Amino acid sequence: MSIEEKQNFPTFQDSNSIEYPQTEGEVSAFIKKFYKSNIPIELFGSGSKKKIGKPLQCAKSLSLSKLNGIVEYLPEELYIKVKAGTPIKIIEEELKKNKQQLAFEPIDFGYLLNEKSDYGTAGGQVSCNISGPRRFKVGSVRDHVLGFRGVNGKGEIIKSGGVVVKNVTGYDLSKLMCGSYGTLVALTEINFKVLPAPEETKTLIIHNQKVESALYYLEKSVSSSNDISGAIFLPTEPRVPGCVMNIQKTFELNDLKHDGSITAARIEGSKNSIDQRIESLINELQIENLNISVLGTHQSEIFWNKVKSLEIFSRSKNSIIRVAIPPSEAANLIYQLSNKFKYYLDWGGALAWLEAFELSEEMFESIRRKAVKLGGYVTMIKNSQYLPYVEDVFTINRDLFSISQNIKKSFDPKRILNPGKMYTGI
Amino acid sequence: MTKLAMPKIDRKLISRKAEVTANLKKIVKAENVLDHPDQTRPFETDALSAYKQKPLVVVFPENTKEVSEILSYCNKARIKVVPRGAGTGLSGGSLPLEDSILLCLGKFNKIINIDYKNRCVVAQPGVTNLSITQAVQDKGFYYAPDPSSQIACSIGGNVAENSGGVHSLKYGTTTNNLLGVEVVFMDGTISKIGGKTYDSQGYDLLGLITGSEGLLCVITEVTVKILKKPQTAKAALIGFPTIEDGGRCVSEIIASGIIPSGMEMMDKALIHATDNFVKAGYPRDAESMLIVELDGTETEVEELIERVSRISKKNKSSSIKISKNEKQRLKFWAGRKAAFPACGDMAPDYYCMDGTIPRGKLAQVLKEIGRLSKKYNLPVANAFHAGDGNLHPLIMYDANQKNSLEKTEKFGADILKYCVKVGGVLTGEHGVGVEKRELMCEMFNNNDIQQQIKIKKALDGSSLLNPGKVYPILRKCAEEGRVHVHRGKTKFPDIPRF
Repeated sequence: MSIEEKQNFPTFQDSNSIEYPQTEGEVSAFIKKFYKSNIPIELFGSGSKKKIGKPLQCAKSLSLSKLNGIVEYLPEELYIKVKAGTPIKIIEEELKKNKQQLAFEPIDFGYLLNEKSDYGTAGGQVSCNISGPRRFKVGSVRDHVLGFRGVNGKGEIIKSGGVVVKNVTGYDLSKLMCGSYGTLVALTEINFKVLPAPEETKTLIIHNQKVESALYYLEKSVSSSNDISGAIFLPTEPRVPGCVMNIQKTFELNDLKHDGSITAARIEGSKNSIDQRIESLINELQIENLNISVLGTHQSEIFWNKVKSLEIFSRSKNSIIRVAIPPSEAANLIYQLSNKFKYYLDWGGALAWLEAFELSEEMFESIRRKAVKLGGYVTMIKNSQYLPYVEDVFTINRDLFSISQNIKKSFDPKRILNPGKMYTGI
Repeated sequence: MTKLAMPKIDRKLISRKAEVTANLKKIVKAENVLDHPDQTRPFETDALSAYKQKPLVVVFPENTKEVSEILSYCNKARIKVVPRGAGTGLSGGSLPLEDSILLCLGKFNKIINIDYKNRCVVAQPGVTNLSITQAVQDKGFYYAPDPSSQIACSIGGNVAENSGGVHSLKYGTTTNNLLGVEVVFMDGTISKIGGKTYDSQGYDLLGLITGSEGLLCVITEVTVKILKKPQTAKAALIGFPTIEDGGRCVSEIIASGIIPSGMEMMDKALIHATDNFVKAGYPRDAESMLIVELDGTETEVEELIERVSRISKKNKSSSIKISKNEKQRLKFWAGRKAAFPACGDMAPDYYCMDGTIPRGKLAQVLKEIGRLSKKYNLPVANAFHAGDGNLHPLIMYDANQKNSLEKTEKFGADILKYCVKVGGVLTGEHGVGVEKRELMCEMFNNNDIQQQIKIKKALDGSSLLNPGKVYPILRKCAEEGRVHVHRGKTKFPDIPRF
């Protein structure tokens, strides 16, 4: 069977074998072999986010989970060099010892996709480039990758970047790796930029807001000079039969004084400074007379952990969709949702998470059209029994398709690395 | 002038200059095409003035459609194109070729849209970096990356070079502050990449294009993030009896969890040079000096200043001065910002280098630079963006002395090689251009470089866009020139550089 036939033939499979290379050299040897014998391969780390993207059925699978371990960590240089299969949990534990963190807040897709906490691996986080609530302040995963090593589709070991933040030597291929879903390179080593973890955290919660006023508060907060590092709106409305998203149940915290919808703004830093900033934010938003709560460090951590772990969806069997939009268009998007959708807003209104009950392909494509019209894009994060498969999991910019194909070819000329995982033909 | 290897010159094309000019005049207004040697001479160099080459023709398109038509024509006619913004680059990235047209974006000088709701500005690429901040500062916003040439450098050029500035550690470089671009590829295709949303789907072409030094596409529109100005900023001026003490203090400040908005270091030679130049009140007895700037709320800044002072004392600081007001804070910076012209006062000529090293290696690298300085018998002054590890040694020499330029270039290359050896990189913010092209193999092996060249080919199949830049031509690590400044006269002496 030719490689083209193999790529386009859904049930083709030579065997079930998964290879577990232990070293970069072994990864290179495997890929060289597959390149020579025209065998498409599925690449993954621990598999925690394997369900995101189009399903693959390749002749061989290559798991990078055995490329595991911290290579070098220099806290005062603000970087950590890890093998690509290193679990994020191990990295975060190590950083915590030095009061540091991965500031982009790796998302825990485990609850949503595999029913238990699982942050996956460093390589997986880079390949998906999906970042937590701090995104609008500190950037995404792609802003925290300083360099990498990996193996391209011909089995050649390549590297780019370094361990320093200021580096313009050659093209910035690290960015290209982020969000490429393993279609360009099998990552073997990643250099992450790390930052000090905040001493304390506080969260200002405004209760019982409608989406319009919530968006006003989100915009004001994020645009203020109070250095907000999380801004989210969790509405209790609309109530959609069949949807599980339940704000009150998920965020049961002692210091939440009132029921109902929640607008939350996070402030991090030293104690005195965050007290001053909370006060200044309350003044700027002129909300002294509204129902507000302020969460301290402990409860703030629980709150934002639940947010970034998507715990709100943990029991859902419905379709979960992620929509990025310019924040000014959030209301427009929300108004256009039918009564089959529940939603919440993250990133100060620039990101909407949707739970859709009885989603049809037509409904999904209609959401996509609306988002694109508003200048955004849509990703299907989790399928449901009502819509078990969508042709376009990601939103494609048609103008850039042939360029993207050429870039794919420059790394992986025979299209053997995760072919079709992102888009048909890439 | 140092001889520079460039791609093979297409003599046939040069003989067809009149035809090329006529064709370009069909696309843009006749007055926007300059072809007489008197007209093209001002464009023969960018801010790396050691290299000069007049282009075949200079063309000034006025809109994206014209850029697209020019590129499409050049692609079909196999004409090389060198794009240029303000031409303030220090690595020869927009040095023309004898058989190229120089595509100047100077007429793309308008801010298209200020969008406070989405906290971004959409601008044409020829708009200067500083004017973006100026356009939004009345509402308390600013654009964070601030390369020292910000009064003159263009935002399109910033994207092409991924420009930094003194605040990169806390606020990132251009790539971290960019939301979208409109670009034209060599075949004339116009594409929008990104926009007003965070991240985008598909490959991160925005990240690839940022810092690609005009080799992949021509930028015709830029959307950048704007930030609210911090409530307050203060600077501390700290002197140390040795370089090692200063270097250790830098590492300890970072290790303690403080991310200053700016942290600059100077050695004794530069402290004296700059203090003579602007009377900034620097500690002249110190062997090294730090400027540490902290921003945030009033309480936060007070707290941080206190902590920085404590760490400095622990590291044997000989003096500490805290800015009492905005005027004094700016005065502290004035000396640092005058580092380049001040060096021009000390020697007839100087070369500016641009490597980045892990912060902790500073003392080791400065020691090696000192050793090399003795070996080559050339004095050197060091400015260091200590926050992000970006080192700018300024080598002083006299070009009138025989072989002195060659000797200086060799010295410079040795410094950059040493930066790579200690885990750093060849260039932090000036770009590779033609200047460090042949040094690329110090950092990358053949596989790495071939992969990058394949990407170039994927986007510009005939390698017509800005050829001869970034990737080695000689295929060996020959040493080439650095920023050449003769008798204190840089190409643009009024632009501060640091």
